[in-house]
Amino acid sequence: MQGGQLTLTQLGQKANEIRKSIISMLERAGSGHSAGSLGTADIFTALYFDIMNHRPEDPNWDGRDLLFLSNGHIAPVLYATMAHTGYFPLEELNTLRQFGSRLQGHPERTRLPGIEQTSGPLGEGLGQAAGYAYALQYLDNQPHRFVYTMMGDGELDEGNIWESAMFAGKYKLSQLIAFVDRNNIQIDGSTDDVMPLEDLRGKWESFGWHVQEIDGHNIESIIDAASMARAITTKPSVIIAHTIPGKGVDFMEYDYKWHGMPPNHDQAKDALKKLRTLDGKINHEGEAW
Amino acid sequence: MTYPLADNAYGDDVTLEPTRAGYGRGLRAAGEANPAVVGLCADLTESTQMHLFKEAFPERFIQIGIAEQNLITVASGLAHAGKIPFTSSYAAFSPGRSWEQIKTTVCLNEQPVKIIGSHAGLYTGADGATHQMLEDIALMRVLPHMVVVVPGDSIEAEKATRAIAENGQPSYLRLAREKTPVFSTEESPFEIGKAYVLREGYDVTLIGTGTMTHKLLLVAAKLATEGLNAEVIHAPTIKPLDEATILDSVRKTGRVVTAEEAQIAGGLGGAVAELLGEKLPTPLHRIGMRDHFGESGAQADLFDHFGLSPGKLTPSIKQFIDQTPKYHQGF
Repeated sequence: MQGGQLTLTQLGQKANEIRKSIISMLERAGSGHSAGSLGTADIFTALYFDIMNHRPEDPNWDGRDLLFLSNGHIAPVLYATMAHTGYFPLEELNTLRQFGSRLQGHPERTRLPGIEQTSGPLGEGLGQAAGYAYALQYLDNQPHRFVYTMMGDGELDEGNIWESAMFAGKYKLSQLIAFVDRNNIQIDGSTDDVMPLEDLRGKWESFGWHVQEIDGHNIESIIDAASMARAITTKPSVIIAHTIPGKGVDFMEYDYKWHGMPPNHDQAKDALKKLRTLDGKINHEGEAW
Repeated sequence: MTYPLADNAYGDDVTLEPTRAGYGRGLRAAGEANPAVVGLCADLTESTQMHLFKEAFPERFIQIGIAEQNLITVASGLAHAGKIPFTSSYAAFSPGRSWEQIKTTVCLNEQPVKIIGSHAGLYTGADGATHQMLEDIALMRVLPHMVVVVPGDSIEAEKATRAIAENGQPSYLRLAREKTPVFSTEESPFEIGKAYVLREGYDVTLIGTGTMTHKLLLVAAKLATEGLNAEVIHAPTIKPLDEATILDSVRKTGRVVTAEEAQIAGGLGGAVAELLGEKLPTPLHRIGMRDHFGESGAQADLFDHFGLSPGKLTPSIKQFIDQTPKYHQGF
C-alpha cells in the first residue's frame, strides 16, 4: 500500500468506518479501551492508508515500513485499521478479546501477522522501534524504510521512554518517527493532575528530537507532518498530535472515564448513529462493517 | 562416555579464570561465525568482557548507557530486524531491573535476545548485598520460552555463549566476576539442556550449577576418604532441566543434595524439588541462600559464612547422609 491512493475525503470516510468498527467490537467484547482508540483513528487511517509503505497481503515483506504500537491498550484501533486495510477479514473483529482469538486484549506479535511487537505494559515501544531503526540506519543500510511508533501521552510518565528518547537522540535515528497521542487524559484523570508533562515540546527537543505539533484529527496535517519527519535526516522526529479522547462520540469526548471502558449496547447504538451522520458530511448506512 | 575433567581439577594448582572471560571469548567467536550477532552494553563493557567483541566488531557494538530497561527494549527491536542481540550488564541490574521488559518484549514477544548477567551471586563480595544478585535464576526460570544457563567455568561459558547465539530463543547466561576453578576441558561436552555426571557414586547425588559444581567435586573427594561414594552431577542448564539424567542418578542413590550460590527458592534447589516432588519423591537437602541477602566481605569469608565453602559443605552433606535413610520408590 502506498500513499496518495485515497483522497482526503475518502480517508475521512475510512476513519469514520474504523471508528464504527471500534465501537462495535468494543461493545461485543464487553471490555477494552474506547477513548484512545477513537482518538487516534485519524492517525491510524493516515498511517495505514497513506503514510506507510506496506503490503497487507504480505505482512512480513522485507521492504515495509513498520508501526510499533507502544500503548498496546488501544489495540482496537490497530485491529480495526488492519482489517480495513486487508490484513484479515472484517468479521474477525467480532472476536476481540475472546478465547482463541488472534485479537488479544493487547496485541501479540506471534498471534497475528502484521503486528510488529507484543505490547501492553507501557513505555516499551519506543525502545523497540529505536532498535529496529538503528538496524536500518547503521547495520543494514536501508535508508528508504521508516519505523513509526505510537505512544500515549500518559505513557510518557514511564522512565523507559526517556531512556529510549536519549538513545535515539544520541544515534540520530532519523528513520524513527514517533507519534504522541496528546489527549491529556490517563486512567486516574487529566495528565496535568496525575503527572504534568509540559513543557513537552521542550523535553523532546532537549533530547535531540525534531518536534512537530499538529491537530491529530486533521488527516492532511498528519500526512504532511509525517512527510516532513521523513525529510529530517539528522535526528529522530516526534509528532505531538493533539487529539480529543473519544473523538467522534460526543458523550465520550474529553472524558477520562472512557479511557478503559467499552460502550454498553445502548451506548454503542447511540454512538454508531452519531458516527453515521457525523456533521452531515458522512452518511454511511448499513452495518458497522 | 566419561566426562573429561581437567587433569588438575582436584588439585591446589587448578587453573583459575572468571566465567565472564569465557563469555568474552565466546561472544567474539559467535560474532565471527554469524554477522547477525550484535552486542549491547549498559556502560560496563570491559567488566562484562564485551570489549573483546567491541574491538573485533566496532560497527556491531551499541553503547546503551546506564539504562537497563532500554537495553532490553532496543535489543528486542534489533531482534525483530533479524539480529541476535547480546545484552551485557551486571545481573543485579539486568535482569534485576529489566524483568518486565524481558517478559513482555523478549519472552512473550518470542525474540531471541540474550540476557547476560555478569557479576552474579556472591562473587562481588566487597560490593555488598545491593550488587550480589541471588534472585536471577528464579526470575529467569519462571519465564516461558526462556533458557537459563549457568556455566561451571570459563571454558564452559565460552561454549555456552556460542550455543545460545544459535539457539533462536530468549536466553539467560549467568556469569561470575571472580576467578574460579576451571574443571572442564575443551573436549568436555556442553549442550543446552544437558546435565553431566562428573563422578559416579551410589550413596548420594550431589547436583551443582555454575561454580558450585567444582566445590561439590572437592566434597565428593573428601567424602570418598570417609567411605562415602557421592555421584556428582553438573547442571549448567537450569531450564530446560535435564530430568532424565537427574532421575536416573536419584533412582540409584536415593538421596539428593543441590548446591548453588543463589536463592534456593526458585533456583536450582527449587527446580530439583519440583522435579522430585512430582516424579520421584526423595529426601533432598538444598544448599544455597535461604531467604536472606548477602553482605560485604571477602569472598572466602562470605562463602564460609553462608555454608557454601567446601569446609562447610562437607559436614553439612555428611550429616544429611547420616540422618537420611536411603529412600527408594516402593518403600
